[in-house]
Amino acid sequence: MNTMNPGISAEADARHKSDAVIPVAEEKPEDTVIEEGKTVGKAFADNPKYKLRHVDVSYGDDRAIKNISLDIGRNEVISFIGPSGCGKSTFLRCLNRMNDSIESCRITGQLLLDDEDIYASKKDVVELRARVGMVFQKPNPFPKSIYDNVAYGPKIHGLANRKAELDDIVENSLRKAGLWNEVKDRLDANATGMSGGQQQRLCIARAIAVSPEVILMDEPCSALDPIATARIEELISEMSKSYTIVIVTHSMQQAARVSHRTAYFHLGHLVEVNETNKVFTSPQHDLTESYITGRFG
Amino acid sequence: MNNQSEQAEIVRRSLKRRYRKERRFRSYGILAIALALGALIILFADIIGKGHTGFLKTTITLDVEMDSERMYLEDPTNPDEVRMADFVEPLIVSLAKILPDATEDDRDALRGLVNAYSANQLRNELTANPDWMGTTQTITFLANSNVDVYVKHKGDDAYSIKLSEQQQAWVDELQERGVIETRFNDVFFTSGDSRDPARAGVLGAIVGSLLTMFVTLVLSFPIGVAGAIYLEEFAPKNRFTDFIEVNINNLAAVPSIIFGLLGLAVFINLFGMPRSVPFVGGLVLTLMTLPTIIISSRAAIQSVPPSIREAAEGIGASKMQVVLHHVLPLAMPGMLTGSIIGMAQALGETAPLLLIGMVAFIVEVPEGFFDAATVLPVQVFLWAGSPESGFIERASAAIMVLLTFLMSMNALAIWLRKRLERRW
Amino acid sequence: MQPVTLFFITLALIGVAYALGYFRSRALAAPMGGIRHLKSLPGYYGVRAAMWCGIPALIVLVLWASFEDQIIQLLVLGSLGPEMVPKSIGEASLLMSKISNVASGALSPDSVKEPIANAAELLKTLRENSETYMTLLVLSVAVLAGFVGWYRIQPRLNAREQVESTLQWIFFACAGVAILTTVGIIFSVIFETIRFFGMVSFTEFFFGTSWSPQVALRADQVGSEGAFGMIPLFTGTLLISAIALLVAVPVGLFSAIYLSEYANKHVRSVVKPLMELLAGVPTVVYGFFAALTVAPFIADFAQTLGLNASSQSALAAGLVMGIMIIPFVSSLSDDVINAVPQTMRDGSLALGATQSETMKQVIFPAALPGIMGGILLAASRAIGETMIVVMAAGLAANLTANPLETVTTVTVQIVTLLIGDQEFDSPKTLAAFALGAMLFIVTLLLNVLALKIVRKYREQYE
Repeated sequence: MNTMNPGISAEADARHKSDAVIPVAEEKPEDTVIEEGKTVGKAFADNPKYKLRHVDVSYGDDRAIKNISLDIGRNEVISFIGPSGCGKSTFLRCLNRMNDSIESCRITGQLLLDDEDIYASKKDVVELRARVGMVFQKPNPFPKSIYDNVAYGPKIHGLANRKAELDDIVENSLRKAGLWNEVKDRLDANATGMSGGQQQRLCIARAIAVSPEVILMDEPCSALDPIATARIEELISEMSKSYTIVIVTHSMQQAARVSHRTAYFHLGHLVEVNETNKVFTSPQHDLTESYITGRFG
Repeated sequence: MNNQSEQAEIVRRSLKRRYRKERRFRSYGILAIALALGALIILFADIIGKGHTGFLKTTITLDVEMDSERMYLEDPTNPDEVRMADFVEPLIVSLAKILPDATEDDRDALRGLVNAYSANQLRNELTANPDWMGTTQTITFLANSNVDVYVKHKGDDAYSIKLSEQQQAWVDELQERGVIETRFNDVFFTSGDSRDPARAGVLGAIVGSLLTMFVTLVLSFPIGVAGAIYLEEFAPKNRFTDFIEVNINNLAAVPSIIFGLLGLAVFINLFGMPRSVPFVGGLVLTLMTLPTIIISSRAAIQSVPPSIREAAEGIGASKMQVVLHHVLPLAMPGMLTGSIIGMAQALGETAPLLLIGMVAFIVEVPEGFFDAATVLPVQVFLWAGSPESGFIERASAAIMVLLTFLMSMNALAIWLRKRLERRW
Repeated sequence: MQPVTLFFITLALIGVAYALGYFRSRALAAPMGGIRHLKSLPGYYGVRAAMWCGIPALIVLVLWASFEDQIIQLLVLGSLGPEMVPKSIGEASLLMSKISNVASGALSPDSVKEPIANAAELLKTLRENSETYMTLLVLSVAVLAGFVGWYRIQPRLNAREQVESTLQWIFFACAGVAILTTVGIIFSVIFETIRFFGMVSFTEFFFGTSWSPQVALRADQVGSEGAFGMIPLFTGTLLISAIALLVAVPVGLFSAIYLSEYANKHVRSVVKPLMELLAGVPTVVYGFFAALTVAPFIADFAQTLGLNASSQSALAAGLVMGIMIIPFVSSLSDDVINAVPQTMRDGSLALGATQSETMKQVIFPAALPGIMGGILLAASRAIGETMIVVMAAGLAANLTANPLETVTTVTVQIVTLLIGDQEFDSPKTLAAFALGAMLFIVTLLLNVLALKIVRKYREQYE
């Protein structure tokens, strides 16, 4: 998988040479060739939370993720950006093995969480997901009461011995999600009756109720209005004190606002990773530049 | 952080218990599927186990001497007299000849070995070949149905053997000597119903079913497709068409016997149509299958993409032309598939036909839509209710014939769907 | 001429009308410079002529064939004179059969009163003439209307529009057959039911606990009063349906859950068609299986346990009916479970729930309304199922909750009362229609309710 297609290497060389000169405006990004497994910028960290090496994901014959290596640091907020279909969501879903339920999906490479292989045959997916929470693109509260939504995780994992403990967990989680004051008087109301932004914050509360170490967010604001989005972003910044957060987003502004590092994906390749301000102010790869300057997306 | 690792530990400790529950839940699912499929296997095994002997008949081959004296004939050359002759006697004589231990007292017991119709058969053969008179001919007869049951089900408690011990011994002996044989039951496929299981066949019921299905198909397919086209393409969205829609959905779930009541009250009592005929049966089954056909045809029409319609409308075709020239041909495979499935349902339907009198005992094979007839499932019902044990295997065999028809129709539907249906 | 022959002749005339219309339109267009100058294509003129010829003629044919007997009967009975006009429907049918016996020669004309002998003569001539009249009427309507249609063809006539709007009306009529069927069902049960309640009181039917409809053949026979209390039928139906649902709901539901949540593609592709096979088996086959295999087995088995089981136990019929309904429950549940959005599953799984926890605590509660709808539909099917109970349940109307005893059901009684010859005046026959009315109402309510629940459920996730 590391072997490069010899046919494209000459062109790749040519591209590297042109790196020195100012990029030609007419050059279409589609013409740019990506070298597989090669990532520009700062992909690795010391003592990372996640250590991912040569990750490859395929659906049947389609390769969705092509040889990606990346470290995700502790208490870091990292955002994945890139055009639609670039594989950023697929990659995110590998981090808590949400791709398991797709029959044709095959994953190779090394994915370590705290130096434990999360795809090891002995590794338990339930335990993994209790440590790695996830928030989805569309708010997906269960058709239950607000209380039951938040209490669901602690209940199935047996985290509370008494009703009072459970009440505490629910209250704390809702407080952390900034929702407590809005819903404390109607905890028994059905969650599906809330607004979209409230639903999404409820989903965040639901995720943090099991005290995860990592929270994965798959375009958490794409279905929300700007005001709700702002509240979620605030929340993410606050949460970064206690959690490692990986966020997939379509909005570059959002990535710029909330994340420490930003990773740019393109057609299944991880093209560039770097500190967020570097990625947005001086991208090193011309594909990244084309994307953040809005030439495609 | 401490909180997090503490909780991870709690989760880890609960895993064993939770996975036990998971496995139990999963095994319920497997158990349920095993139960359902087990029932299916037992059902089929039972039918085949009971029915496979229905495809065999037991015959008895005798050297019959046409002795005019024994047949109480004074003038063997007079055909009118020959027709009135005693044809049972030669049979008994020829049986007695090959069973030396039989005495004059055993005449009835001997007679009980051959089929009751054998004397008629002999008369017909002799009438056809008058020159046989005075000669000895080797002729194969059907065995008595009691012999048939004995030969096939010796030692099976489920069948009551109606032969005396002496008769059983004879049959065993004759079987060993090759006089009594079992062979493929052509009678089953070439004759109508009979009171005698050995001579009962499904041909009448098959023809009755075909006639009934023909009426059903000819009426329900065009009406169903036309109704579906109206509802999908022309119906204004108002209360009335909503009502039609609700109506059709409900009709699809009305018990079939209600359609029998409808047929009885409207077609037979109001319109004075004859009872027990395939035409009325077809009408009743048409009303019963229409909802199915309309629902599946509507689904087929819905699956034609609007771009096709727009393209045709764009070059100035009228609504009706769009429908008839473009939508209908494209939706046709789906409509056909749905209709075949509806027809298969109708073919297996029994209850409504009982009420319009298609349960009569009918020996003749029907020749037209207004001849008294029965259908395959009703024939199964009739035979299953017969006290004679010989009919049980006939009923099972008839079920196998019925299931063969149904499976071929379903296979045809699946083939059509695979072959013709387009994915957009 | 027979109606069938006449039908085919009319079809031939329709073909002729099409050809004539087609060629007339071309002939009219020819001097004007070709068919460009016609308002519609020549084929439409042909179809229009064919419609003019065929539609009225076929309507006349169908009406005549349907109502011939009624009209003849009216004419014949009307000829009898006021003093002999029958007072009830039963009397009329008795009189009519007497007349037709005389007419067919089964009864000598000398053995009956003179007006009846005359009426028999009239009947004979009417029957003979009827076919002639019908043939003449249908053919002349076809030819005349066809001619009018043909004659009125003009180049400026928009034949296409007329043909299309007629077709649309025909399509509408076809859709209307569904309504007619419902109306037919309602009317066919309602009149007989009303007459039934004229003979048997409301309270007896709904609250009576004894059912024995065997009305005596002679009116003066001892015990000629039948008993028409439907409670034992009702409880019998309920008992068998309940057993069936007890089998079908858990098995169907769990197989649906397994197939949709656990099984891989290969297992699904094998198991699903097999389940459908179970649904495709005709009910008479299940009845056969219940009556000849399951019922004796249960009776034997109960005996080895020291229990007394009837050879026509409710348990046998219920068990087999349950097997029949399994695929019904499982495919409905499968639909409903699959309609629960994947995001719901993902949300639960991402929290670390196991699949069974997700199923039990998230999917199942969300799918519950839909599953309830499916169960109601299954119940309606169990209540209306006929062949299994006709063959495997008994006729004895016992009021019992013991599944090893014989019970009878509403559908069994309908079939038993209506099989064979019926007198249309005896409460026995009418009782079958009253039972049919009850069955129709109950299943209709269940269906309407179930479909409403299922639809509401679907909308929730669309």
